[in-house]
Amino acid sequence: MASISLESVSKAYARKRVLAEVSLDVAEGEFVAILGPSGCGKTTMLRLIAGFEQLDAGAIRFGREQVASPGRSVPPEKRNVGIVFQNYALWPHMSVADNVGYALKVAGVSPGERRRRSVEALATVDMDMLADRSPADLSGGQRQRVALARCLAARPSVMLLDEPLANLDVHLRAAMEREFSAFHRRTGATMIYITHDQSEAMALADRIAVMDAGRIVQFARPRDLYREPGSEMVARFIGNGLVLPVSDLRADARPGHVEVDVFGRRHAVRARRGQAPAAAARLSVHPDDLVLASDEAGGFDAEVERITYRGSHIEVHFRPRRAPDLSLSLHAPHDRAIEPGARISVRVGDGWVLPDAA
Amino acid sequence: MADLAAVMPGERRQLPALRMGAETLVLILLAVFVTAMSIAPLTRLVLAALAPEGVPDLSHAWDVLARPKVFRAALNSLHVALLSTVFAVAVGGFAAILTVHCSMRLKAIWVFGFVLPLMIPPQVTALAWVQAFSPTSPVLGLLGLALTPGSRHPLFSSWGIVLLLGVYNAPLVFLTVRAALHRVPADLSEAARAAGAGRMRVICTILLPLARSGILAGAAIAFVSAIGNFGIQAMLGIPARFPTLITLVYQTLNSYGPAALSDMALLSLLLSLITVCGIAVANWLGRRGDLRVEGLGRPAEIDLGGARRWVEAGAWLYLITTLLLPLSALFATSLVKGFGQELTWATVTLENYASALIRQASIRDAFATSFVLTIAAVLILGVVSLFLAYFLSWRRGPVVRALQMAAELSYVLPGIVLGVAMILFFLKPLPLVGVSIYGTVWIILAAYLSNFLALALRPLLGGFAQVDRALEDAARVAGAGFLQRMRDIVMPLLAPAMVAGGIIVFMSALNEIQVSILLVSSSARTIGPMIVFLEEGGSSTLAAAVGCLMVLIVLLLMSVTSLFSSRLPKGALPWLD
Ligand SMILES: Nc1ncnc2c1ncn2[C@@H]1O[C@H](COP(=O)(O)OP(=O)(O)OP(=O)(O)O)[C@@H](O)[C@H]1O
Ligand SMILES: [Mg+2]
Repeated sequence: MASISLESVSKAYARKRVLAEVSLDVAEGEFVAILGPSGCGKTTMLRLIAGFEQLDAGAIRFGREQVASPGRSVPPEKRNVGIVFQNYALWPHMSVADNVGYALKVAGVSPGERRRRSVEALATVDMDMLADRSPADLSGGQRQRVALARCLAARPSVMLLDEPLANLDVHLRAAMEREFSAFHRRTGATMIYITHDQSEAMALADRIAVMDAGRIVQFARPRDLYREPGSEMVARFIGNGLVLPVSDLRADARPGHVEVDVFGRRHAVRARRGQAPAAAARLSVHPDDLVLASDEAGGFDAEVERITYRGSHIEVHFRPRRAPDLSLSLHAPHDRAIEPGARISVRVGDGWVLPDAA
Repeated sequence: MADLAAVMPGERRQLPALRMGAETLVLILLAVFVTAMSIAPLTRLVLAALAPEGVPDLSHAWDVLARPKVFRAALNSLHVALLSTVFAVAVGGFAAILTVHCSMRLKAIWVFGFVLPLMIPPQVTALAWVQAFSPTSPVLGLLGLALTPGSRHPLFSSWGIVLLLGVYNAPLVFLTVRAALHRVPADLSEAARAAGAGRMRVICTILLPLARSGILAGAAIAFVSAIGNFGIQAMLGIPARFPTLITLVYQTLNSYGPAALSDMALLSLLLSLITVCGIAVANWLGRRGDLRVEGLGRPAEIDLGGARRWVEAGAWLYLITTLLLPLSALFATSLVKGFGQELTWATVTLENYASALIRQASIRDAFATSFVLTIAAVLILGVVSLFLAYFLSWRRGPVVRALQMAAELSYVLPGIVLGVAMILFFLKPLPLVGVSIYGTVWIILAAYLSNFLALALRPLLGGFAQVDRALEDAARVAGAGFLQRMRDIVMPLLAPAMVAGGIIVFMSALNEIQVSILLVSSSARTIGPMIVFLEEGGSSTLAAAVGCLMVLIVLLLMSVTSLFSSRLPKGALPWLD
């Protein structure tokens, strides 16, 4: 296993900048998820790390060895990386065991040893009984397991996964998520995992890198990403985040907290230590942080726009009286009878002042 | 920044010394192959035509091209090519509509019969027609329809050439139009029916306009094929004293030998120019107002109603006259001792077959040479096209694109032009070896490799388009190098496409006449030109036997491939629906 570091990596396709000075340090054995909107350059970054694409500027290191710099690149077959592809990429003309053992065959391992290690790798994903099947005769989840075993059998120093669960249905995803988690604990592999799915990233990763338009905008632990987003893009992207305009920001007695004016009501919210007072700021909140106040004085005035039934709770869409063009939502328990058009009072239970707007 | 570079000299050493990987090496070999087989000979042809003495000399070119004989031949070429294209488009288009949209009984058999002429060597077709419609025809004679003896053969005329070229090329148009019609979604014609349009109106206002690009593409192919069809033009045109460019090239070599090479180069260039213009015009017409519709599923059904019986009868009558009648005449002729002899139980003999297969060493050798050359071409082109298609599909760059264009050019230009280019390029002794391959089988092999590379390439390009490139990436991260990936992953995945390409190359090389007609010598003969030589030498019955044997080989090959058609890529072989 090895650590991976990207140093100001840039990449352009036909003059179009796809990655702009991306730096990322992944520790040995760490599980890092890459999250970001479609087309932001996630796959390109993964292919650069694997060696399928050449970078234009910067450098990539595995451990202490530099594997890529402009004009010099260790080819993929020499990098000892493992990849799990979105569509599995199992070779249809080989059996499951041959697929898993191919890297060993290339490395010149004897057939007996190869078979033993293939079956061993298949056993870690509970697929050793199906070693002699053809990939065409497997279900989607089984194929993904074989792809995982194939990656594992080669004992790569780095494992790269590009949306490995995107083609599976919801139930299978949950099962495979557990599988990945256990797999990472067992092998201690350094893993870089690309996904569209935030909850998947939150559940699996030690740290998450959020990308936007070819840059890494924040690289942090899942909890920090949710509670303390570094920019408005991250705040909106993670957990259906909302961003509210607030004013008259003043220091609070507690460290790490400030007092702000939200649509005419004073609230105490979290902020960076050493946050300077300001006339205006932007506040990051999530629908769960907004609560219905029991009395009118408890929160700011708003009008209910519509209600969506969500099973465990109801989602209330509303507009603040002070800012009628802003559409927000909160989660309320079923027992509150709320009608569209009703006046409500909303309190901000928890919020985070975005540092860049302050 | 400059200072920084100066204090870090160690950075320099990180750059690798230029080490050539297997991939680069293969690319270089491909470039050398295509250059030697296509680019260099064709360049040599242009140089020989426009600068015969090494300096550009257009006055010489003008002298040759302005000769009345050349002018007439060029007009004749255009005449037969254009008219036969009209014929082929009409018949092929009608057949496509009939088989795609109409309910017709025994459709699969009819399609097989309709496409079959494409697989039969054109000189065999010509021979069969000549024998079927000759005054002493054994078959027409049985029917009591024989022409009056002593009259001129009706097919030895420009109309005969037009008719045969049209019949030969109609399946080409049929195949492209059929593919285009299959892409027209059924609901478009159903909407027209719902709007009150009748059968004919739907065909004329909906189906044909939407299949226009397919029709024009088919017309271009038919035109190119007609211009370069040596077998029919020579078998009918030479006795009819109706010279075309292609027969003029052939007769120039026959009368003057390699001394007239620069004249032949000029004629070839003119022929190439007409070919390229034909393709360009069709492309231009096709692109104007091209309507692209893509639909999948079942094509619209047009009910023929009461007309069905008549349409079916016409369709089968066409097959009987264009296929059954000529082939049975050919067969009948091959069974008698002398041409014109009546076929009865008393005259029937297998003498001709015995001569062809056993007694006549030259025919036996021609068969053997053709087989060996064909198999060699199939094997070499299989490997070359696999690598070339790989680069074209997954590592596209300017070099491989240029190689593909050269391969395509060698394919669309008339085979006889390629023959002239090959003579010009290979006439001088090869460097290193010091001997010339002109007059040996090697020059024929080189011409095959040049001519048929594009044919072998096509199914493979289609195959690569259907393979997920991640399969190769996965092998790369498993540590496999270029050649290992090709052997373990790419080749097994593309084996069906390679086989399909091999079958097509096999058929084409075995049947061809136009490529090798200029290259054969007494020591190196292929079977294609043999029929022309036998017919010219007056051995019609022997020529018929050889023709029957070739048809037999084609039929055998087609039925063998039909047996494992499910393993081959869909649509790769024209006779399999
Ligand atoms: N080979 C290529 N040539 C040109 N442009 C490319 C190429 N590959 C990717 N791009 C462009 O680079 C940008 C980033 O692509 P990339 O595949 O890395 O996005 P992504 O984040 O993986 O998106 P998704 O989530 O949809 O998979 C896109 O705008 C894409 O169009
Ligand atoms: Mg992607």
